[in-house]
Amino acid sequence: MQLVFLLEQVVNGLVLGGYYLLIALGLQLIFSVGGIVNLAHGAFYAIGAYFSVSIAKFLGFGPSVALSPIAVAMLGILFERFLLRRFYAADPILSLLVTFGLAMIVEQLIRIIWGAAPLSVNMPPEFKGSVLIGDFLFSRYRLFLLAVVVGVLASIWLLLHKASFGRVVRAGIQRRDMVAALGIRLQPYMTAIVMLGVGMAALGGALFAPITIVHPAMGAEIIIVAFVVVVIGGLGSFWGVVLSALLVGVVRGMTIHFIPAAGEASMYVLMFLVLLFRPRGLLGERIEKFET
Amino acid sequence: MTRQNRRRVLKAGAAFVGASALGFPTIVSGQGDKIKIGHLTALTGFLGALGAYAQLGLRMAQEEINASGGVMGRQLDIVSEDSVNPSTAATKAQRMLDQDGAAFLMGEINSASAATIMQVAARNKRFYLQIGARSDALRGKSCNRYTFHVDIPSHVMVYAVGKALVRDNMMKGKRFYTLTADYLFGHDLAAAAKTFFDENGGQLIGDELVATDVTEFSPYLLKIRQARPDIVCSNLAGNQVTNLVKQYAEFGLPYPIVGFNLNTADAWAAGEGNLSGTWPTVWHHDLDVSTSKTFVANFIKKYGKPPENHAWIEYISLKIMAQAMAETKSTETMQLVTYFENEPKFEILKARQGYFRSWDHQLMQEAYPFTVKPKGKAKDQYDTLALGEAVPAPNESLDVLAVSKEQNSCVM
Repeated sequence: MQLVFLLEQVVNGLVLGGYYLLIALGLQLIFSVGGIVNLAHGAFYAIGAYFSVSIAKFLGFGPSVALSPIAVAMLGILFERFLLRRFYAADPILSLLVTFGLAMIVEQLIRIIWGAAPLSVNMPPEFKGSVLIGDFLFSRYRLFLLAVVVGVLASIWLLLHKASFGRVVRAGIQRRDMVAALGIRLQPYMTAIVMLGVGMAALGGALFAPITIVHPAMGAEIIIVAFVVVVIGGLGSFWGVVLSALLVGVVRGMTIHFIPAAGEASMYVLMFLVLLFRPRGLLGERIEKFET
Repeated sequence: MTRQNRRRVLKAGAAFVGASALGFPTIVSGQGDKIKIGHLTALTGFLGALGAYAQLGLRMAQEEINASGGVMGRQLDIVSEDSVNPSTAATKAQRMLDQDGAAFLMGEINSASAATIMQVAARNKRFYLQIGARSDALRGKSCNRYTFHVDIPSHVMVYAVGKALVRDNMMKGKRFYTLTADYLFGHDLAAAAKTFFDENGGQLIGDELVATDVTEFSPYLLKIRQARPDIVCSNLAGNQVTNLVKQYAEFGLPYPIVGFNLNTADAWAAGEGNLSGTWPTVWHHDLDVSTSKTFVANFIKKYGKPPENHAWIEYISLKIMAQAMAETKSTETMQLVTYFENEPKFEILKARQGYFRSWDHQLMQEAYPFTVKPKGKAKDQYDTLALGEAVPAPNESLDVLAVSKEQNSCVM
């Protein structure tokens, strides 16, 4: 029976990892292509959650999950056009400062617009409760969440690996100057990547809003996890981040099973161990512009 | 393009992510030549929403007192900041006394931060009204002469709910599984709960320590399912309770859930149909007491929403301090301490007045168990709780639920 319990935690950890992935993948894409650690990524996650709460009041759960990421992706255009674009060629510390500052501004704006008290949005009644598959207990809502994550993941993979868009982006990650020499402007691609990245973060916020509270500091909470996932997975590697997110979810679940008090520390221990043996992360590629 | 060093970028990123956990100060006001008061409360982290309500209540009391001429003809000037964490709280408390010219200190919700502010008060021999932290240890083994405590302690919260569970046949022979916030307050709550279970025939079959930054409870819920208890019990704090009850409802586990700590703002945020069971509170806005109703009406008029229990407690705390300063005609620590130790009565917007017990400096007052209104019965999102009868009952002494002198290790 003990083995079944452990397997249940593993499967649950994989589902949770899928959710982490939604936020970390965008962060990693923006970092890989633009060389910017977007510390405001969590802020877009929070805005996504708040938008979904506001939209759900009028249109219900489904439209809120669909419209909130689109609205945030539109904000992403402004974010890239008026802020990030100025820092691609600048000292990375400047973009860190700017995005960190933006995260603080957004958090305070949320307090002003929606208030400091936590908000709540309910999931549709049909998603409540669990289903038993064999001996495994699954929350219905998380199965839905998993399906959405798999769908998004497959779409992103196809976009990056089977479309001309992805070829340019992947080339841009490795040799920005060479892409430019071929007469391709990376700027519009970068805008699209930022839209995609912050849109995914917002989707994560909208999807998680029904099972957690929506509060102004939620962005600061998730950015830490997303950052750890990106570091463990490694830069430039789609599958590295996938592997890392799933691993973080499983390791957290297993740690809580055996040493509950250490549950939240487990991902940092994992990061330490991975960086000790693989400084570029699990599947991180050698990216020339990040090497000295 | 500037060549970027991967390690440098990652290190700087990690530093900023870490820095974001430190939070940033909020200053309510700060002017000269008035009675200066240093106020600290959690404005960020898992207790941040409660701290926001605390500031609203404090500000309202300050405005009322100042509008009526202040205290001893002097206006109250409150410097209110985010305590952030225990060490920052201590640093800020010391700064408020040394540099801001605060006559005394007030506030706090986080028990660990309150403990360090108490140390600052004792070291500097300055008065501290500890308002919203509930750990038994603060008024027990960590007590000191300079600190007085307003909120109900863990012990009372456990007994308020525990007695309701005994009455409802949900104690004797029942197997409990608890989730406990992994810091001073949670540990105290768990210890009080264990004592109550032992005294009343309940059986504790599992207790999980949960870090205060946990927002996702699914691994814990799976462990609960594996243990198959009769009743699940929350010893969590702040917005963690809301996350737990939301995810508990999401998984639809069949075991009843109760808890020994829940603030009304966190209950309101749970969303319709998610919260169930019996929980304790120190005050609720639909309390049927005329002074309380007046306060609630004024608060709604001012802020457009009803006061949460931390708004209420900060409001009455400043009123208590104003009364103490007016009657002693002083802001001197020992005069205030002696005044409170004489156990004067205070209007606290409840059916019975409160007083600070002289030997452990704890405000003696009523508490209330509450349950959740059936679905469809709530008028709005703030009308979800059904308040039970006050404990202790009107014919009982106010300190009947509090720890006795023999049980308390407090030595001033």
